[in-house]
Amino acid sequence: MQDTFAYFLDQLINGLTLGSIYGLIAIGYTMVYGIIGMINFAHGEIFMIGSFVAIITFLLLGIAGVTWIPLALLIVLITSMVLTSIYGWALERVAYRPLRGSPRLAALITAIGMSIFLQNYVQLLQGARNKPMQPVISGGITVLQDQDYVVSLSYMQMMIIVVTLVLMTGFTLMIARTSLGRAQRACEQDRNMAALIGVNVDRTISLTFVVGAALASVAGMMFLMYYGVIDFFIGFLAGIKAFTAAVLGGIGSLPGAMLGGLLIGLIEAFWSGYFTVEYKDVAAFSILVLVLVFRPTGLLGKPDIEKV
Amino acid sequence: MTATTASGITVRPLDVGAMVKEAGITALVIFALSAALVGFETTDIPGGIGINTRFDDVAVVVILGFVGRIALVLLRQHRPGPVLIGAPLMAVAMLLMLLAEPLFGPETAVAIAPFVPFQDPVVLWGLLIVTVIILVRAVLSRRHLDSEETAEAREVRMDSIAAQVQRAARFLGPLLLVLAVIFPFMPMANRQMLDIGILVITYIMLGWGLNIVVGLAGLLDLGYVAFYAVGAYSFALLATYFDYSFWICLPFAGLMAALAGVILGFPVLRLRGDYLAIVTLGFGEMIRVILLNWYEFTGGPDGLSGIPRPSFFGIAEFSRRSENSFHGMFGLEYSSLQRIIFLYYLILAMAMVVNLFTMRIRKLPISRAWEALREDETACRSLGINPRNTKLTAFGIGAMFAGFAGSFFATRQGFISPESFTFIESAVILAIVVLGGFGSQIGVVVAAALLIGLPEFFRELQQYRMLAFGMAMVLIMLWRPAGLLAHREPTIRLFGRGGRAEAES
Repeated sequence: MQDTFAYFLDQLINGLTLGSIYGLIAIGYTMVYGIIGMINFAHGEIFMIGSFVAIITFLLLGIAGVTWIPLALLIVLITSMVLTSIYGWALERVAYRPLRGSPRLAALITAIGMSIFLQNYVQLLQGARNKPMQPVISGGITVLQDQDYVVSLSYMQMMIIVVTLVLMTGFTLMIARTSLGRAQRACEQDRNMAALIGVNVDRTISLTFVVGAALASVAGMMFLMYYGVIDFFIGFLAGIKAFTAAVLGGIGSLPGAMLGGLLIGLIEAFWSGYFTVEYKDVAAFSILVLVLVFRPTGLLGKPDIEKV
Repeated sequence: MTATTASGITVRPLDVGAMVKEAGITALVIFALSAALVGFETTDIPGGIGINTRFDDVAVVVILGFVGRIALVLLRQHRPGPVLIGAPLMAVAMLLMLLAEPLFGPETAVAIAPFVPFQDPVVLWGLLIVTVIILVRAVLSRRHLDSEETAEAREVRMDSIAAQVQRAARFLGPLLLVLAVIFPFMPMANRQMLDIGILVITYIMLGWGLNIVVGLAGLLDLGYVAFYAVGAYSFALLATYFDYSFWICLPFAGLMAALAGVILGFPVLRLRGDYLAIVTLGFGEMIRVILLNWYEFTGGPDGLSGIPRPSFFGIAEFSRRSENSFHGMFGLEYSSLQRIIFLYYLILAMAMVVNLFTMRIRKLPISRAWEALREDETACRSLGINPRNTKLTAFGIGAMFAGFAGSFFATRQGFISPESFTFIESAVILAIVVLGGFGSQIGVVVAAALLIGLPEFFRELQQYRMLAFGMAMVLIMLWRPAGLLAHREPTIRLFGRGGRAEAES
């Protein structure tokens, strides 16, 4: 069965779905790294908080009796994005801004500390148990039928891929066209110079965190709807994978983050499909090591020229 | 109207509007942060999850945020007056709520219960501590109105404290060692205290081991626990499969860990700092996943049990019924504490070996090369230092010490499973090194005592432990980004201590 085209297609769909979620998280890592050169280790936790805000909003909407699904999805999406991006903003404000200009390791340690803190914060407030949720969107279309093996593309998977595409397009346009995007690129190139020509660096960095957190919250919401269960620990592994994706694609590069996310998702899906499910994480990391050894700047990263 | 105090500080007139606006924004942000996660609680009900509300907690948190921000603004503008009145009132109110039962009896406690915010008194205690800190700051700012410290001034002062501590470490170190040696014979040394001691020293040893990699060679390793795991599993497997004793397995375990370090390090050590961090992190996870899934060999999630306890150097056993028992050999009463005390001395000796090794190797060319590489890799290359081999040595040596500590861990527990080797362990060890101040041996001791020893005494607060741990990591870093006892003395001086360079300055 494993050698049929249908099976391959099935894994491809799974991989693209998973990769979209990783890609959305990876953008947050790559943007922050690009602009202030630090690994925002707590970004995975922001993703987790996004999914928790989403599940709470879903429950409240259920109680309020909002049954028209598109409206419910829109409300959840907006609530989750707004509340989570405030977490992103507060994170930068409290934990990272005072450390700008300090040794890089100090910021990394603070980020790890924030990650531990946020995990336990959510665990304390919401409990350590799994939080299951009924599927909101069900059904799908049959893409291919090979004897009795049916490859279907569920509406949920379609939504994930479409939402990711839309957000990515919007985000790329934002970086390329808007003044915030220009300020962001300027800060990425040279923060002092940007400040000299009148870019509000603090505000730009804050907005970078806000946008990154908003994208991560969308990923969190879709993770919740796709897998139907979350807990306070989901941010850790998803965060590492997404960071791996960002490095794989070339950290600092936005298309790279998306490409890396898709690749990590595909690697995981195909490895689980054709080899063993247990070692899918090992596979992802091994690929990362291989890429870094042969192409240390990642797939789409710019070579880092060291000036003396 | 600008008033100037005797000490020359200008106290500008208070802009109440701006103050309220600032506090209002803070309250708004806190509301947004707490609205979903604090305001609603997901609960388990049959067939799904339900939801509870906690709006009162949100309200309390928002009000506290508002009041606290106003207090901070007042302090910043050198007007501690209102804070000096308000903070004690709040502290007393909180104390009364907390101690209502012992002070006024259970009826009063039940009567006021609806007015007490938060279900768990721990939160209230935490708030009480914050209030007291604000109060102390208010008192201090009243007394030293003139000694408003800038960040740089504080940094200089902290650095000189660190320098003094490091200088004092020459006497303090041996003193601490003597204390550590006589500790098991002190009256307070019961089983629990000894266990905490063993735990703290294990982390000190790991911290010193990682200090070689991170502090001396400047290689950011986020997967140090992997080598700890390799050491523990090598030991456990050798001991259970081949029945070798602790003393034979120990060097092998160290060797295996060092080998793992070199094998991993070989391809990745030419990467820059952050890439190295993520690859080591990935490697740590890989080792854990392999241990978890290689069921036939490592026991998977069940782990390995029945790992032999160490003997008294192979001469005597720590058991009640044995041909050559430890207590029989020395004519003592049997006590289960004897083995614990032996383990304590064992880890103390191992940690001291690491310390001695680090102190000595710092005087060798290889360590000079590490430190030079940490400072400037390009310059080192042009001076003919082989960066890869030099880094590899640091990585391998650091891994070896983790392996030793791992085999100690395995023999002490008698049982290991992948649970013990999660990323959080790596983070804790790295936090110890960084918080202590890179490269500072005494700093590692202080940080390990703070981060490992202190929480052990608050076991009852189990669920708040990691929360406080994360918060402490953040606060210490914000307070002193270079690490608590960071102070860098030149390892070598051109003209020796007190030589020309110092005479001229």
